[in-house]
Amino acid sequence: MEIPKSFLGYKRENGRAGTRNHVIILPVDDISNACAEAVANNIKGTIALPHSYGRLQFGADLELHFRTMIGTGKNPNVAAVIVIGIEPKWTKRIVDAIATTGKPVEGFSIEGVGDIDTIAKVSKKAQEFSMWASEKQREECPMSDLWISVKCGESDTTSGLASNPTVGNLMDKLEPLGVHLCFGETSELTGAETVCEKRGKTPEAQAKFKKTWNDYNDFILKEATDDLSESQPTAGNIAGGLTTIEEKAFGNFQKIGGCKFIDVLEPAEEPTKGAGLYFMDTSSAAAECVTLQAAGGFNIHLFPTGQGNIIGNPIEPVIKLTANPLTAKTMSEHIDVDVSKILSREMNLSQAGDELIKSTLRVANGRLTCAEALGHKEFVMTKLYRSA
Amino acid sequence: MSNTDIIIHDEKDNVGVVVIEKITPNQDCNCWIMENDKSVSIQSKDEIPLGHKIAMVDLNEGDTILKYGHDIGKVVKNIKKGEHVHVHNVKTKKW
Repeated sequence: MEIPKSFLGYKRENGRAGTRNHVIILPVDDISNACAEAVANNIKGTIALPHSYGRLQFGADLELHFRTMIGTGKNPNVAAVIVIGIEPKWTKRIVDAIATTGKPVEGFSIEGVGDIDTIAKVSKKAQEFSMWASEKQREECPMSDLWISVKCGESDTTSGLASNPTVGNLMDKLEPLGVHLCFGETSELTGAETVCEKRGKTPEAQAKFKKTWNDYNDFILKEATDDLSESQPTAGNIAGGLTTIEEKAFGNFQKIGGCKFIDVLEPAEEPTKGAGLYFMDTSSAAAECVTLQAAGGFNIHLFPTGQGNIIGNPIEPVIKLTANPLTAKTMSEHIDVDVSKILSREMNLSQAGDELIKSTLRVANGRLTCAEALGHKEFVMTKLYRSA
Repeated sequence: MSNTDIIIHDEKDNVGVVVIEKITPNQDCNCWIMENDKSVSIQSKDEIPLGHKIAMVDLNEGDTILKYGHDIGKVVKNIKKGEHVHVHNVKTKKW
C-alpha cells in the first residue's frame, strides 16, 4: 500500500497540529473540580478534566503534577484552555507555561470569590473560547505532524502474536516519514529488559533505559507482596493465557517493531530530540499511561487489547485493535480495528499494518473512535507518593 | 493450506499458542511456526482454550519455557508433550 503523505488536522500557533479541537477546563486541584464541571456543563463545546490531586504535593511528585497539567494544556489537540485553581499562584504557573504555545489560555482562582461568582466569570470566558475554537478548520498537515503513542492493555497471547506486531508494523512503516512515536510501561518490560535496552539507538539512550528500569524494579521489589498480587500479569491476562511477566513483556515489546528508541522520557515529558521513537517511564496501568503520553504532546493513540480493555482519554483519541476473535465479537462496540484474521492466517502482518494505518488516518481526520463515541474520558494523574 | 490450530513464534520455542476457540483431548493439531513458515503437528492431551499454551515437548521441573525464542519462566511441575502449560505448572523467574 502506498502510505498517504498527509492528514487533515488543526494547525496550532506553535507549529504543531492537532487531530482534535478541544476547549478544556482544567482544575489545578481536587477542590476546583466542582467549578470546572459546572462551567463545562454551562458552555457547550468545552470539556472539564476533573482529577483527584494537586494539594500539598511536593518534590518530584509536585513537579510531575505540574508537568502533567501543563502538558495537557499544551497538547495540540487542545485549542484553548481555562485553568481553575483554589489559589492564584499555582494556577498562574500552569497558565504561563501553557501560554508559551501561543494558544488562548486564561486562569481563575476561587479563594475570596467563591464557586458561584467564579463559575459565572469563567463561563463567560469559556463561551468566548468555545465559539472562537468552533471556527477552526481542518487543513492538510504532513504525516510528520502525527505524534503516535502506544500502550496495550488486558493483553493475552493474541496480543503478542498479532495485535502488538500490527502496531510494530505500523511503526516500521511510519517512522521513516518523520512521525514521533512513544511507548512506555516500564514494569511490563520486565523479563525483556535487557533485549529492550539494546534497542536504544545510542549508548546514552541505553544507559538511561537501564537506570529507569532498575529504579522501577527496585521500587516494585520494595513494595510488592508475593508476585505483585496478580497485578503483573493481571487476572485478565491469566484468563487469556499469559502465564508470567516475562511472557507478557516479550509480547508487549512487539509493539515497537524494528524501531530503536532515541531517548528516554520522564513521565509526561515532552520529547525534544526530533522525530523517531521514544520510551517514556510510565506505569502500565492504561489510563495513567495514556494520560502521561498525552501530556507529553502525543496526539493520537494506538491501543492493542486481547481480553478487551475499554479505556479512552479526554484529549487524545484512543484507537483499539484486537486479534482475539472472541473479543472482536463479544465487545465489538469497543474495537476500532479487528486483526483476528492474522490468527486464521487469512491476513498477514503487513496487510494488518496497512489496515491500521488507514484507520489511524481516518481518526486523525476526525472520525470518532469507539472510546470517544462511548464517552470514555479517563484522565488519571500519576502520583509518586503521598502528599505532605 | 490446512487450518492452523496452534501458532509457534520461534523455532526454538517449546510451547505453542492455541488460536482456535479450543482444542480437545487427543485432537490432532496443525501447528505453524511463524519464524520459518514451517508446519508441524502434535496430538493434544488436555482441553486447551484459545490463547493458552501447549507443551511441544516433555518438560521437567526446573526446565526453562521458551517463547519468542526467549526465556519466559520455569517449569515447577513436570509437563508432558501435548499438555496445557499455564500458571499451574510454570512460574516467573522474576519477583
